[in-house]
Amino acid sequence: MMAADAARPLRVVIAKVGLDGHDRGARIVARALRDAGMEVIYTGLHRRPEEVVHAALQEDADAIGVSILSGAHMTLFPRLIALMKEQGLWGEVALIGGGVMPDEDVEQLLQMGVAGIVGQDATPQEVVDAVRQAVRPRR
Amino acid sequence: MSKLFDDEAVRRLEAEREEWERAELAEFLERQPERKDAFRTDSQQPLKRVYTPADVASIEWEELGWPGRPPFTRGPYPTMYRARNWTFRQIAGYGTGADTNQRFQYLIAQGQTGLSVDFDMPTLMGYDSDHEMSVGEVGREGVAIDVVDDMEALFQDIELEQISVSMTINPTAWILLAMYVAMARRRGCDLNRLSGTIQNDILKEYMAQKEWIYPIRPSLRIVRDTIVFCAREMRRYNPINISGYHINEAGASGVQELAFTMANARCYLQEVTRAGVDVDEFASRLAFYFVSGSDFFEEVAKFRAARRVWSNMVSSFGARLPESGRLRFHCQTAAATLTRPQPYNNVVRTTLQALSAVLGGAQSLHTNGLDEAYAIPSEFAMKLALRTQQIIADETNAGSVVDPLGGSWYVEALTAQVEAEVWRILDKVEELGGTVAAIEAGWFQREIADFAYGEALRRASGERAVVGVNRYVDPPETEQPIEVHRLDPQTEARQVDQLRRVRAKRDQARVDSALTRLREVAGDETANLMPATIEAVEARASMGEIVGALEEVFGRYREQAVF
Repeated sequence: MMAADAARPLRVVIAKVGLDGHDRGARIVARALRDAGMEVIYTGLHRRPEEVVHAALQEDADAIGVSILSGAHMTLFPRLIALMKEQGLWGEVALIGGGVMPDEDVEQLLQMGVAGIVGQDATPQEVVDAVRQAVRPRR
Repeated sequence: MSKLFDDEAVRRLEAEREEWERAELAEFLERQPERKDAFRTDSQQPLKRVYTPADVASIEWEELGWPGRPPFTRGPYPTMYRARNWTFRQIAGYGTGADTNQRFQYLIAQGQTGLSVDFDMPTLMGYDSDHEMSVGEVGREGVAIDVVDDMEALFQDIELEQISVSMTINPTAWILLAMYVAMARRRGCDLNRLSGTIQNDILKEYMAQKEWIYPIRPSLRIVRDTIVFCAREMRRYNPINISGYHINEAGASGVQELAFTMANARCYLQEVTRAGVDVDEFASRLAFYFVSGSDFFEEVAKFRAARRVWSNMVSSFGARLPESGRLRFHCQTAAATLTRPQPYNNVVRTTLQALSAVLGGAQSLHTNGLDEAYAIPSEFAMKLALRTQQIIADETNAGSVVDPLGGSWYVEALTAQVEAEVWRILDKVEELGGTVAAIEAGWFQREIADFAYGEALRRASGERAVVGVNRYVDPPETEQPIEVHRLDPQTEARQVDQLRRVRAKRDQARVDSALTRLREVAGDETANLMPATIEAVEARASMGEIVGALEEVFGRYREQAVF
């Protein structure tokens, strides 16, 4: 990101990938980020990783928040990371996850470079802080 | 009609209340103020400090009545749990049909009395296991079913006429029902002796759970076809489980849950009666499904109000048989109330919610595993959850009296309050042009999102207590790790391999002609899809193929995402 961009609001793509329809968390996160002054693009449900990465590219996003509650996170996150690398977004755009995941999976995802995992008990303020934290080193 | 209390007694009480408020109460509040200015239920219904006969003075005895008699406020049957306990119905599903069959056998050995199947996301959404959208999801959140052979494996050595089987499935419910029928016929079962249910409640999918395939209109037609088929061929089978559970879990309040569920129920009644089927021919087979959440008394009131609303609604459709208005419901404790920190606390939450369901008169119950916030439940977690129900049933004596909270001034007043609020919302839906129009306008979706966001803010501020999360928090390093269920990494490969073997050995010409026939039937709005679907699954057409064939006729639903 260019230094001149620092004044514009953060742009965040919130996405549901895979087949599960549990969108309560994603919609609360989208609203919390918007209420905190960020620009939020919500993709809606059942998106393919390709569509999410494409949206981030089109929208010039600072971060992608991906919510998965189907348990397929260990398949879908590596796919998202690979696609972000292909598109030159990896390291530029922060990838943040949310959903129901066992502890050791959370640990592994963080090691792969996912900037944070927001659990179901996170408050709206904690979500906003997590996004700001994840984006800061890049701006 | 008869009032519960005479007017003179009520007037005396009201005068006494004023006097008490001026004396003891005022003095006490002076010394010790209350914890907060206003007390509310979880649905944000205002609560009084104390209830008296004056609060139920406008209720007629006939609105309560006798258990097993309209309006069924006190219970759908005269003896309730004195005859037999509610059905212990723990949902299970993972891996292949054979994998889940093992869990079923285990649960039956532990004293479970009904089966409930959870399907994986591809099966729920109508994709075969080898579809690209299925990668990573096969057999993960539930069992994978592609063809009738998978259904056979799932129910191997289980006597279909002896145990009721509930299948949590929606946009593809009619295909699973067709597979179940095909399997039962092959085993020589009498279809009229099969009991069980498919969830099949497509309207709440557009509102809340978001599992859909086709647009709303053709989806409603599929539901209608299953209801009509079961009314004529499977007299003991529930063709639908009209579900508030998912509406609540998606963020709605308990009152909204009930109101939106009833809006859907009304829409199904309209849809089927419009097809020329008499309401008395099918209404008694429509079953319900609610959550039991954390507000103990409000949930009891919700279940009691649900029975009264349904009874009155069915009467308004001209029902003459009393059983048409008898609401029966499955209940599940509230997954969304369970926490990741201090997971053993979840056992306590689940126990209280289960007791609420029992005091509210549930017909069957699933109690959640303590590991719900981590993964699908381990065998240990499911056993503990089942034992929770068995302890309530066998040790507490809670089931010895019908409707034990009936007559509580508080519970009766709250039941009436919930009921009135439900009818207010139902009127609002009518004003919006009915359920389908309100879904299309995104009204329910926005209402749910708004309440969910409010709840998130109440949790964040601590107004809404969550033990272990916003109070009594343990330092992270002291958290006890729990054992979670892990999926066998070979599941997807095994399932895809099985599907390919079935495709290789089936009679392809028979499959093709069955699918062609299905498309023709789909094109005729007045025809019933069930017979042609049964023919297709018997020919070994896969779920994905059947879904694809109808998509050519019906198209696909697209949501306007709102937040």
